[in-house]
Amino acid sequence: MTTFLQILVNGLMLGGLFAIVSIGLTLIFGIVKVVNFAHGEFLMAGMFITWLITTRLGLHPYAAVIIVVPALFVMGALTQRLLIQPLMSARDDHVQIFATVGLSTALINLALLIFGADIANTPAHGLRAPISLGPVRVLTGQLYIFGAAIALVVALHLMMKHSQIGRAIRAVAQNRSAAELMGINVNRIYILSFGIGAACVGLAAVLIAPLYPTSSNIGTYFVLTAFVVVVLGGLGSIPGAFFGALLIGMLDALSGFYIGSDLREAVVFGVFLVILILKPSGLFGNRRALSHLS
Amino acid sequence: MLKLENIHAGYGPTTILQNVSLEVKEGEIVTIVGANGAGKTTTLRTIAGLIKPKQGSISFCGEDITRLRGDQVVDRGITLIPEGRQLFGDMTVRENLLIGAFRAAARANHERRLDEVLSIFPRVRERLDQAAASLSGGEQQMVAIARGMMAQPKILMFDEPSLGLAPIVVSQVFDIVRQIAGTGTTVLIVEQNVYTTLKVADRGYVLENGQIVLEGQSEALLNDDHIRQAYLGI
Ligand SMILES: Nc1ncnc2c1ncn2[C@@H]1O[C@H](COP(=O)(O)OP(=O)(O)OP(=O)(O)O)[C@@H](O)[C@H]1O
Ligand SMILES: [Mg+2]
Repeated sequence: MTTFLQILVNGLMLGGLFAIVSIGLTLIFGIVKVVNFAHGEFLMAGMFITWLITTRLGLHPYAAVIIVVPALFVMGALTQRLLIQPLMSARDDHVQIFATVGLSTALINLALLIFGADIANTPAHGLRAPISLGPVRVLTGQLYIFGAAIALVVALHLMMKHSQIGRAIRAVAQNRSAAELMGINVNRIYILSFGIGAACVGLAAVLIAPLYPTSSNIGTYFVLTAFVVVVLGGLGSIPGAFFGALLIGMLDALSGFYIGSDLREAVVFGVFLVILILKPSGLFGNRRALSHLS
Repeated sequence: MLKLENIHAGYGPTTILQNVSLEVKEGEIVTIVGANGAGKTTTLRTIAGLIKPKQGSISFCGEDITRLRGDQVVDRGITLIPEGRQLFGDMTVRENLLIGAFRAAARANHERRLDEVLSIFPRVRERLDQAAASLSGGEQQMVAIARGMMAQPKILMFDEPSLGLAPIVVSQVFDIVRQIAGTGTTVLIVEQNVYTTLKVADRGYVLENGQIVLEGQSEALLNDDHIRQAYLGI
């Protein structure tokens, strides 16, 4: 029984991790309607910056948040302004896909150039120490990630629902030309939204860096799962991404233990496919899945 | 107040509007009438900054606004209530109205404005917390008009506000247009409902195949032979 509980909790923690990585991706997709294939590399960039700050300045890794989140916001905003926006009039989504894939490759190579192929270990400052929650144990850092994922979902929800800028963002996501008729500068909303999405993955990077070794291919490692989570939850849905991530995390942990760790991915993708066949718009997707934000 | 001079505009390579010139003076109700596909919506979308003219110029209160983006045009005080309403269907009626007050000049006192606007639309008040998509067509049109009013524009443009509505609702819509004009807002209205619109408007323009073929005072147009034959079926 304790084993089962422990596995459930492991799954939950893994789910929190997947959630915090995925929220920015689904947010950008839901508003800007662009699949950011460089999302994983944004994560990588954030993790490297966290590593630099932690090792060079000897600070607690979480202190890096005050640099990494704004830095990633700027990175996302610039990506939208300089890369995506000029291509938006191309009317051909493929061009945007190639652009973000290109950005992803460029960032990986840039990381190799700067940091080499070595692994960068961010000092854990106690975040890898287990703590007991009743009969089960989790890593301190994992617990913080889980809490941060929930806080992020709630914060974004409140912003989208109760601020004028949040309403403007949802208006643009639903009907961009009607939004323009309301006096909303649509391009500025896209830049802001891309920035917010990237800032979210920046937060994820700070929280993940002390737990996972950073390398130029760390983004690839996380982003495939993030895509599964985002599609499963319903493209563009933030609560969808959260619950999709918990589901994937649970499946991963349960199948890893009961079926075998080499079959984990087969189970995860098998369930993913079945759910998509039964509900193609994803768990939280609706007819207008692409605009369903809240 | 609003002046279009020799506007040529269209979609991609096709030119729809040819040499359109028109003027709306402060406090007027002006209408553009014309058959399906004449270019009425294209004209309003060009004024609203959603379509860039290929030639010609648009000025508003003495300022050249030909090249402004849609949101900048709204900032100047020109609001379009689009054809087909274009509400944000997943958002509540209240949220739709609040978004209407996005323009800087309208944001500050939006609470008071909301009250004013809702006093004109009691039905909308009852539906404030419903998703806009769940309303009936007539109610949605009222929300679209109310949303446009929330911007507190100097000139409010209506694109076929009576489209698809029952006769009783149509007459309500025209009452509201009159009421809005009565508060000092300038109105430019596009309609296929030629007779009723000319009854409400001070002046009118007739658009055929992207060109202005006739213009004048409403009474004059109502008595014009061409109008009577082509649009009034008399
Ligand atoms: N997005 C578009 N792309 C290409 N052509 C368009 C587009 N929208 C309208 N047109 C064409 O432009 C012409 C004028 O259309 P417009 O919508 O301005 O007419 P309208 O007078 O508003 O008609 P209606 O009374 O039916 O609304 C039509 O021939 C139409 O086919
Ligand atoms: Mg039209």
